[in-house]
Order: sequence, then structure tokens, then C-alpha cells
Amino acid sequence: MGDRTAELQERLREACAEGRPLRPVGGDSKAFHGNPVQAEPLPLAGHAGIVNYAPTELVLSARAGTPLEEVQAVLAGQGQQLPFDPPVFGPGATLGGAVASGLAGPGRPWSGAPRDVLLGVRMLDGRGQLLRFGGEVMKNVAGYDVSRLQAGALGTLGVLLEVSLKVLPRPACEQTLVLELEREQAQARMRELCRQPAPLRGACHHHGRLYLRLAGAGASVRAWRARIGGETLAEHNSFWQRLRDHRLDFFQTERTLWRLSLPPNTPRLACEQHSLPDWAGAQRWVISDTPAERLRAEVTRAGGHAEVFRRGSGEQAPFQALDPGLLALHRRLKERFDPRGILNPGRLFPV
Amino acid sequence: MSDSPRDTRRRHLARRFRQVLEAEYVLTRESELRPYECDGLPAYRHLPLIVVLPADAAQVQAVMRICHEEQVPVVARGAGTGLSGGALPLEDGVLLSLARLNRILEVDPDNLCARVQPGVRNLAISEAARPHGLYYAPDPSSQIACTIGGNVAENAGGVHCLKYGLTVNNLLALELVTAEGERLRIGSGGLDGPGYDLSALLTGSEGMLGIVVEVTVRLLPIPARAQVALAAFDDIEKAGQAVADIIAEGILPAGLEMMDQPSLQAAEDFVHAGYPTDAAAILLCEVDGDNEEVSEEIARVRQRLLDSGATEVRTAQDEAERARFWAGRKAAFPAVGRISPDYYCMDGTIPRKHLPRVLRKIAAMSQEFGLRAANVFHAGDGNLHPLILYDGNAPGELERAEAFGGRILELCVEVGGTITGEHGVGLEKIDQMCAQFPPEELQLFHAIKAAFDPRGLLNPGKAIPTLNRCAEFGAMHVKAGDLRFPHLERF
Ligand SMILES: Cc1cc2nc3c(=O)[nH]c(=O)nc-3n(C[C@H](O)[C@H](O)[C@H](O)COP(=O)(O)OP(=O)(O)OC[C@H]3O[C@@H](n4cnc5c(N)ncnc54)[C@H](O)[C@@H]3O)c2cc1C
Repeated sequence: MGDRTAELQERLREACAEGRPLRPVGGDSKAFHGNPVQAEPLPLAGHAGIVNYAPTELVLSARAGTPLEEVQAVLAGQGQQLPFDPPVFGPGATLGGAVASGLAGPGRPWSGAPRDVLLGVRMLDGRGQLLRFGGEVMKNVAGYDVSRLQAGALGTLGVLLEVSLKVLPRPACEQTLVLELEREQAQARMRELCRQPAPLRGACHHHGRLYLRLAGAGASVRAWRARIGGETLAEHNSFWQRLRDHRLDFFQTERTLWRLSLPPNTPRLACEQHSLPDWAGAQRWVISDTPAERLRAEVTRAGGHAEVFRRGSGEQAPFQALDPGLLALHRRLKERFDPRGILNPGRLFPV
Repeated sequence: MSDSPRDTRRRHLARRFRQVLEAEYVLTRESELRPYECDGLPAYRHLPLIVVLPADAAQVQAVMRICHEEQVPVVARGAGTGLSGGALPLEDGVLLSLARLNRILEVDPDNLCARVQPGVRNLAISEAARPHGLYYAPDPSSQIACTIGGNVAENAGGVHCLKYGLTVNNLLALELVTAEGERLRIGSGGLDGPGYDLSALLTGSEGMLGIVVEVTVRLLPIPARAQVALAAFDDIEKAGQAVADIIAEGILPAGLEMMDQPSLQAAEDFVHAGYPTDAAAILLCEVDGDNEEVSEEIARVRQRLLDSGATEVRTAQDEAERARFWAGRKAAFPAVGRISPDYYCMDGTIPRKHLPRVLRKIAAMSQEFGLRAANVFHAGDGNLHPLILYDGNAPGELERAEAFGGRILELCVEVGGTITGEHGVGLEKIDQMCAQFPPEELQLFHAIKAAFDPRGLLNPGKAIPTLNRCAEFGAMHVKAGDLRFPHLERF
């Protein structure tokens, strides 16, 4: 535990000099995410520790290898939380991995993703240069926002050493309502509720039921519960956590699991025979053997994109191909951060 | 008109632009160029070589292709309300106004978004969404005038950012025309897009990476109720503490603003908001949400403010009073403008806990420079707007005001903050960038710029200083033992 910056920097410099690819690894719990990378692991787990936590400033800074569990426990001790509610796909998940993967929990439409609360980073670029962008303040427009660019970049632009995040108070009250509704009715209900100032923090449809998570001031949650109706779910947290971490029975499959990102009110697509709409319809988990090309064409027509989240059999590319102009730009950017292409080559887009 | 090389160049470019735009939208006469000579920072002025006003994205592309072929620099302009000289034209460059791209293309209440052209005014989006019970959250004080394209380019904030975020948190997709005239779509119809989060990189990039030609913004339901409390303090440090106390209470106010004595006095004299002018500082704290929730929270806020030493706490009794409380705050800049021939608005952000120290130092500098200062503060997120009062006609005062401002920004960096929270670097704060960033980071910024704009045609000379410039600036500002660019030559 502690600050291993110097050692990490040294390893990066060497790898850069030798042109040897590296794969930054936190808890290695999301190795399945993105294209597989053939590279030497660069473990971050020992580079850990909370560097600064100022509850009344709503800021936490921690080294990238800090276990998520530790961060969450410290925040909970002060009645606060990570707004993006990162998914945990295995033991040892780290804060740096959560940010680099860019993934967010069921509250995403209301509470944002890592990029929304990422205030600053310390990182090593592909040459092993130690760089710092952003900081610990809420608003900062000096220079390009290189920090937020790291969220979801899957470690292809740099090795995150330390991240500073905006943290928020936990809601005073939370409840989950369950309504027996078919998919189409559920979607209509979600649409209607999202257009009202309801204290929604989750909305998904699973097994003929609409699950709604309410979170906020007690008075508000009670008022909306009365207005919406349905059953109140006991142990509501464990439902949302199991959804977030893919521990619901829906996810127990050997087939390909797709993640569709869509305008929330998109009608059910043909490829969605076996589907779990989350984020009030903006994220849909789909288990499907539809050929990738056909599925992606359908999703693109609807204004979204589709990602192979977990591969079944077959060799689909995990991420949607970028338009040529955009791909060229991605490559140019990558080259500026990592001239020898040693950081997670190919994980996010083809080299 | 004598035919200088500049005139020849202008005529040549005008001829080319008129092949793709209607003649009346290519401006070349001095009287036509004059309105574009500055933005909201009138201390800097230049006449552009030429002004073009394309009607749509295709025309923007055509203009950019010509500029690229002719290697002529381009400065984009929205409403020109920017406060850092970002839209200041270049004498040898094209000023590209987005004013005619002012259509709201689609309001989609079921998908909670609106697709708009970049020249649409910020407030117009909320007005178009209102019939659906929705609004666009970021609300800069300039929202009746500034454009969404300018908001994206500056990552504009407003008085409700603490809870609802900045521009960057309220965008879904962007369309960009590159320096080469290529059109790129960034993001998707969902909450994320494939690849890098380029919309985060582009937001706040000050027109340096591309021209934004379409923006899809996220809309939110209008809260059922909002209520504001006004608290008076006899000591500004107590007001600062009260901010921390409210947050420690687990309350996330929709807005949390502070004004010091000079600024609240000026605002009171201007709009008669009902502010207690004998206070050393006031706080405005707004909570929003459901009726029940707001009643519960405003009572907690009130108690907390009293416990933190407020001498008086008032809650707005009705919507009219709430609007009045805010009117004073939103009119703070022009109000200060009335009590001084000129004022210079700064925009640093600091970790909130350093507020007392920073305010004390600003007061001391005010003595030192012999110029008055008034402070307006987005207290919730630590974004400080010191307004320096000066008289541009008095010899040396502008220079003193700028020196004073520069020192404030360096102070913000010293306490762990930043030189700009929401107004951008532009030309104004380009030297202070050298205080904030070491050469390696600046070099990476230039590399990013080159990845988008290899010929450096978009808003050159703004936002990111060259290393040489920093070396010169460093030579003027050597702090004991802390020379930022020791390895660069000095001239
Ligand atoms: C009285 C007053 C109050 C203000 N209050 C606030 C406030 O509360 N919060 C805040 O954040 N700001 C505030 N501002 C600053 C200003 O209004 C914002 O920065 C605003 O976002 C600028 O928008 P604009 O359309 O006027 O842009 P402009 O001033 O025209 O341009 C600003 C920058 O954006 C670039 N640009 C413009 N359009 C595009 C485009 N389509 N594509 C690419 N680049 C583009 C320009 O090149 C320039 O660099 C205030 C200004 C004034 C005068």
C-alpha cells in the first residue's frame, strides 16, 4: 500500500524504450470488457490509499489502486457516496478501474457516470511522463479537459495514478416500488415518470415487473410512492446491486450479452427478444444470437450503439466500429498520448 | 481604398466565400466589421479581415474548406458575450459567426432532449421546452444572450451547477466541423457513445478544436417548487463557514451564492432586491424539488444558517420575492458597472475552505493596487468572481487592474485552485496558464490541438500559451526558488 509512482514510472519508461505493450491492471475484474490485449500486466493494486477526503468540500482524491470497497466504506462513514455507483464484477475492483472503464450503475440517467464527477487526474502517459490535469475544484476550464477524457478510455491514453472525484450526500430515504406490468406498459410508465420531477434513481423492467427506485428527502419519496402505487420491495438495495453487478438470473448465461445504448423511448427492437431495459430504457441488456452486423444496424438506425459486453461463442468485435473520420481522429489522439502504442493496444479500437 | 496586400487578400477571400454564401453574408466593409471587433472583454479589440455568416452546417463546412485551402485562421463567434477574449477576431483572420444557425431543430420530450443549432440562445432552449414541463439546466447569468455553441466552447456554468452540473454534464451529442471541413458526429442518441468521450474534451475547448454545428442537450423536468433563503452575516468568514455547514448537513442546494458588502450594496442600489445593506456578506441558498421536500429542506437550511451565525434569515414568501432575491445576484455585474466607469471580472475557483484567506489577500491587494474590488461567489462550487473597479480613461489604471487580476489568479493556483472556473482562458488569462501548468502538460495540450487541427487554423494564439511565451512570462514572474521553465531559453 502506498505511493508507487516512481516504480510505475520507471516501468513505463522502460516499456516505452523497448516498445513493449503494457496492460494496466487494477483488480482485473473487468478484463472481459473490450478487445483482449496481449500485453504484460502493469499492476496498480499496490498503488493505493486515499490521499485527501474533505466531506464538506464534496471531494475525494485517491490513488488508482485503492479498492472500491474501501472508498465506499470511507464515504459511507460520512453519509456520502460515489454518485455513479460503479458496477463491481469481482473482488479487488479498484477506483482507477472504475473510472477507466467509465461504467455506471442503474442511477446513470440521474446521477451520471464517472466522467460527470471526475475533477482531476494524475497520470502517466505512454512515455512515462507524469502529468496532472484538473484538480480538486468543482469548476475548472483551464486547458482542455484531459481528465474527463480518461473516463472510459480503458487505459489506452495513460495510466491513471490518482483521481479526484466529486462525491455527494447519500439520499436521506430510498425505496423501491414494484409494479406488475408488461414491457410496453412499463416503458410508457417510465417515459411518463421521467418527464415529471419525481425523485427517480432507477427504473428497469425485469420478468414482467417494473422496478422503480425512489431516493431523496423522506417527504418526497413518500409522496411519490403514494402517487405511483405498486408494492414496496423489501431489501431494495440488494436488487439494484444485483442488477448493477450482473448477479440477477438474467445475466447467468453462456450466450453473448449485449449492451445497447439508445434513446430511452425507442420501441422494443427486433433483436430484443431476451432483454432487460435499464436506465429507464436508455441501456438495454440483451442476450441474443442475432448476427452482430444485423443487430448493430438495427440499433444504429434507432440512434444508438451496441457493445458486446460479454462474449459467448463467436468472434464479434466488442465495440461498434467508428466512422472513418472519427477513427482517424482517435488514432491521432492515441498517438499523442502514447506515441509507441504500448498502452492497452487495440482494447478500445483497432490499432 | 488603397490596395494593400491585406485588401488584396480580403478581396480574394471574399470572392471565394461568395461562391458558397450569399453575397450579403460576407462582410468586408469597416462599418460592417466593427460590431465584431471584441467580445465581452472590450479591453481587447481587433477588426477581423472578413466576417462570414453561414446559414447551416453545410455552409460552415464550405467556409472551413476554403479557409483550410487558403490557410487563413478562423475565429468562431456565438453571441460575443465571452469574458476572456475567446471570440476576439484576428486581424489576418476570418470571423465565423454562428448567429444564423439559430434554429431549434427538435424538442423530444419523450427522450428528454432537444437538438439545436449552435446559435440558439441558452434561454430559448428552456423556453421551447417549458410547454413540456422540461428545461435546460445550465443557466449562466448571460443566458438571455449567450448561445449554446458558446456555452459548449466555454463549458459555461450558472447558479445551479452544484446540483445540476455544468454544460458538460448536460450534453448528449455534438456535431463538429473540423478545421478541414469534415463533419463528425460525437456521442449517440443514448447516454454514451462509442470510443473516447470526445464531447468531454470538446466542451470548454474555446473554439480551438472544431466548430460546433449542432448540439443535443439533455432536458430535465421543471422542479415542482423552488424556495430561496437569504441570510445576512456580519462577518464574511462566518458566511463561508455556513456554506460548509449546510453541505455537512447532507443538503445539496440547487443554488448557493455569496455576495460581499460592495457587491450586494451595488446590486441593491440597482435592482432594489431588498438586500440588507449593512451586512458584511449575504448568502442565497435555494432548494428545489417537491413541495413537501422543499418545505422540509428550507426549514433545515434556515436553522443551519442561524446556527452558523447569520444575523438574519429570510425566506422568500412568494415567487415574486424569490425572483427579486435572485435578480440582485444575477444583475451583480452590471450593478457594479454602474458604480465604476469600468470593471474587470475575474473567475478563479478555489477549494472552499480557503475562502477567508483568499478574500483577506484580495482585500490587501486592493489596498496595494489602489483599486476597489467587489466579490461575487458561486459559493457552493468555490467559483469566485472578484470584480476589479477601475477607470479605463485614467492613465495606468487598466494596467493596474490587469496586474491585480493576474495576482488574484495566481493566488487561486497557489491554494490549489484554478485560474478559470467558467469564463475560459481566451487571450486574457493565457499568461496565467503558465502558472497553472508545467511545460509537459502544455505540450500535450498543443499535441491534442494538432490532432484536431494540424495547421493550427482554429482560434490560434488563444487558450494555450506557447512554451516560449511562458518562458518570457516566467522571466517576469520569478517566484523564489520556483522557476517553471528553467530549461527554456529566455529573451
Ligand atoms: C453579464 C455577463 C454574465 C455572464 N455570466 C456567466 C455565467 O454566469 N456563467 C458563465 O459560465 N459565463 C458567464 N458569462 C460569460 C459568457 O456569457 C459565456 O462564456 C458564454 O458561454 C459565451 O457564449 P457566447 O455565445 O457569447 O460565445 P462567444 O463569446 O461568442 O464565444 C466564446 C468562445 O466560444 C467559441 N465559440 C462560440 N461559438 C462556437 C461554436 N459554435 N463552435 C466552436 N466554438 C465556438 C468562440 O470562438 C470563443 O472562443 C457572462 C457574460 C456576461 C457578459
